[in-house]
Amino acid sequence: MQYLEGRRYVVLAIFTLVGLLFASRLFYLQVLDDSYKTAADRNTLQRQVQVPFRGLIYDRHDSLLVSNTPVYDLMVVPREVKRLDSAKFCQLMQMPLEDLRLGLRTAKAYSRVRPSPLIQNLSTPELASINDNLINFPGFRVQARMARAYRTQNLAHALGYVGSITPKLLESPKYAHYAPGENVGISGLESYYEPILMGRRGVQYRLVNVRGIDKGTFRGGEFDTLSQAGQDLHLSIDSDLQAYGEKLLAGRRGWIVALDPKTGEILCFVSAPHYEPQLLTGKGSGNRYMDLLRNPDRPLFDRPLMATFPPGSVFKLVNELVAMQLGVVTPATGFPCDQHLVHCTHRHEYPSNVNIAIKQSCNPYFYQVMRAAVVRGQSPNKFEDARLGLGQWQKMVKTFGLGEKLGVDMGHEKRGLIPSPEFYDKLRGYHHWNFKTVYSLSIGQGEIGITGLQMANVLATIANRGYYITPHFVRSIGASGQPLPQYRERHYTAVDTTLFKYLIPGMQEVVDGRGGTGSFASLAQYGISVAGKTGTVQNAHGEDHSTFAAFAPANDPKIAIAVFIENAGFGGTAAAPAAGLMMEKYLRGKVAPRRKRWEDWVMYGDFTKRRH
Amino acid sequence: MSPVTTRSSRSIDWPLLLLYLVLVGLGWVAVYAASYSPDAPPHPLTALSFSELMAFNWFKQLLWMGTAAVLIVILLVVDYKAYDTLAYVLYGGMIGLLLVTLVIARPIAGSRSWLEFGPVRLQPAEFAKFTTALAASRFMAGINLRNQNWRDQAVLAGLTLLPVALILASNETGQALVFAALLLAYFREGMSPIILLLLAAGGVILLLALLVPKVWLVSGFTVVLLGAFALNSRLWRHHLPLSLSAWVLVIGMVFGVDFFFNKVLQPHQRQRIEMLIDPGKDPLGKGWNVTQSKIALGSGGWFGKGFLNGTQTKFDFVPEQSTDFIFCTVGEEWGWAGCAVLIMLYLTLLWRILLVAERQKSVFGRTYGYCVASILFVHFTVNLGMTMGLMPVVGIPLPFFSYGGSSLWSFTILVFALVALDAHRKQDLLR
Repeated sequence: MQYLEGRRYVVLAIFTLVGLLFASRLFYLQVLDDSYKTAADRNTLQRQVQVPFRGLIYDRHDSLLVSNTPVYDLMVVPREVKRLDSAKFCQLMQMPLEDLRLGLRTAKAYSRVRPSPLIQNLSTPELASINDNLINFPGFRVQARMARAYRTQNLAHALGYVGSITPKLLESPKYAHYAPGENVGISGLESYYEPILMGRRGVQYRLVNVRGIDKGTFRGGEFDTLSQAGQDLHLSIDSDLQAYGEKLLAGRRGWIVALDPKTGEILCFVSAPHYEPQLLTGKGSGNRYMDLLRNPDRPLFDRPLMATFPPGSVFKLVNELVAMQLGVVTPATGFPCDQHLVHCTHRHEYPSNVNIAIKQSCNPYFYQVMRAAVVRGQSPNKFEDARLGLGQWQKMVKTFGLGEKLGVDMGHEKRGLIPSPEFYDKLRGYHHWNFKTVYSLSIGQGEIGITGLQMANVLATIANRGYYITPHFVRSIGASGQPLPQYRERHYTAVDTTLFKYLIPGMQEVVDGRGGTGSFASLAQYGISVAGKTGTVQNAHGEDHSTFAAFAPANDPKIAIAVFIENAGFGGTAAAPAAGLMMEKYLRGKVAPRRKRWEDWVMYGDFTKRRH
Repeated sequence: MSPVTTRSSRSIDWPLLLLYLVLVGLGWVAVYAASYSPDAPPHPLTALSFSELMAFNWFKQLLWMGTAAVLIVILLVVDYKAYDTLAYVLYGGMIGLLLVTLVIARPIAGSRSWLEFGPVRLQPAEFAKFTTALAASRFMAGINLRNQNWRDQAVLAGLTLLPVALILASNETGQALVFAALLLAYFREGMSPIILLLLAAGGVILLLALLVPKVWLVSGFTVVLLGAFALNSRLWRHHLPLSLSAWVLVIGMVFGVDFFFNKVLQPHQRQRIEMLIDPGKDPLGKGWNVTQSKIALGSGGWFGKGFLNGTQTKFDFVPEQSTDFIFCTVGEEWGWAGCAVLIMLYLTLLWRILLVAERQKSVFGRTYGYCVASILFVHFTVNLGMTMGLMPVVGIPLPFFSYGGSSLWSFTILVFALVALDAHRKQDLLR
């Protein structure tokens, strides 16, 4: 039997080996491999985000424009639904049976024990009828969440709107800490100031069991953070002026932008046609958005920031300043109204100085001003001469904030275009163009494009006699804060500040002089001197567009304004009276009753009947 | 009779008793942790009525432990010779009980193996291990070990397989599997090691056949065999028939796996093996047990989350956590250190039982000791193996740890019958 004695060690070895195998396997599972710890936390830790109260939005007189309001969602917990009388339920909720079935299926697919939304954005009467009967339907409950509420019917384009974050936004690193279904500013100021309005989320870590049922805080709330409400925005918008502007342009396509030239604050920002901001919040907002999107007048299009157009005669002011800076003209320079060069709008007195030229908006005069600025004999080759001249001209023009984004506190601003020599090289070929190719720029036509905000800003620059502060909507973050730092510094143009004053008498003549093109904007009856310039933007597709840009009072400007009305013909006809009314409203606080006929004219007049 | 005292307490194997007490005590702590709920902490000091206390597993386990203590006393005072003389009677009685159970038992979770006496449920299969071990040891003692003939072998095989067949019939595959443990004891007493090797090879080939395409397996084995022939001409000349039959056997097994897997195994058994191979295939469904069990274990780290601080086991992520998956609670709350201590304790217990078995003067006592060690070992191996995802999920308890009266009783009987035999081993010599 002796030989079997050894087998005890075989058995012993088997036992020991298995023990060692288990100990090492456990060492791998428990100590070396971290993935199980993560998986355990994923199992039991639920991150509950507390969304802070979104910041409010006020206008310049501290009246509330945008606030928050609770909206109600009907939630369903599939596991708790018992003996559902679907016919009665559908009758109560006024929802089709198929919607209920689909909703329940979706909810079940998500989770049997966690609440899923069945109906979102319940209206108050719906809520009342549901709350009374909810007791009969176990598994259904009402959950409140915050949505935007609007105290104004205006300013939709600037305010933008808030909605559930889109899958596309979720992918961008800026929105990395957002969860699906959370609210986010989608456009306008709501989007630009998202981090400020949003505040800071609070996070609570809760322990949950295998059925997702709450089992208390994780480590006594050691890692939890409190939410911090978003900061309020105080806009520079004047609500009354905004409402008045939207009323004036109701039924038209166009825009009005008004600035306080001293601060760069935007006083009104009208894009017509407009829509009411509350259309894009609450129940059915998706459908209403699609309706707006399909509207042929494109109410969602933010015209003052996104529509670029040739500025027309208003641009003559910039050309005159650049030419004066180059020293090729003086305020006393006269040019003949030579219709062989370019067609002039009407017959007028000899433009013996800049005042008369501006007042009469004489096209041949400014043709010659720009030719003097561009064709300066810097090269014997006339093509090269034009290239050099246009290059210097373009650089100076761009210092007016043209051809680049101004940097307003809004995301979707367009740059516009101030064409460079390279632009024409590409368009026509190197040395295949000269001044005769680009002369349209002298009267603000041709390849040039600027935005409404840029035009208002040019007027603000002239009003300030040489500098501007980047236009912005938010004058204060928080009740007594400041605008963002970039909206506190002056930007000077390439033109000497002493030269700006030479434009102003001519611009006043435009409004108040005998036979001035912008006389409809006159506020002389109130003793307010307006300096302005009309513009008519040639439109190959239909009636010309009407623009007018001005500031007032001329010697101490408090408002700079630009108005653009599509297909309204001559600038003095439609845009000038609208600008006059707006300036009256802002400077005097009201529009005199006797001016109603002007309001009617702007709102209902048939601009296609030319007066000039 | 010798003048030596007949009181057995002097000669009780105290280390074995101590190990038993430590394991049962730790087992109770684990059951308490597994049935602990942070919402309503079961507080022994609060005045709860008996029936309220009976709602808690830890309390019921205390009752089972009390009855086990009574059992121990009975086992030690009973005449030690009874184990030997009554071996076949007990075995016969158990076969009868298994048959009765099979007929009258109500199916519980698909298995007809539980006898119900009011609130108490017993599983005869748990105790069949004990009676079969006794009967096998008795039979071993009566045969000539040196010249085992085929008839003895057949009787032994029949003796072992009869309860296995009955337990399989009641759909308790796990409990039936445990009887394989007896092979280790038979091996110690002279069974050919080829049977063990064949079984091990069969298991390996089964696993390989499921993991590796058959063509590779067959060609791989053929290449190995041809290589062996090429290297060793003696093998070629003298062992050709043996080698060829081994080749045929392996090929047969490789192709038999499909048949075994798809036709012999029941669907849930098939799934358990599939889940062992790839638990990530269906982590929320069939792979849930293994996945969650590994997560609970793996989140324990070096020293665990602390007593009653396990989150995975507390919040019901691990199923069957106070019975079959009790080891998860240990792993999560006490970490690798706790697991290592537990494994060490089991190994010490097994070593001690082997030592006790080897010092028996009778073949009966020694064989029985080996049976006890092997049965405990198989329970330990299969239970821990399934918990850490090394073996398919087979529902058998971890001795002394898993909640349940039947298993605590059966392991207590197994161990203390050996302690009783051991206490009288000197008398045995004198007999």
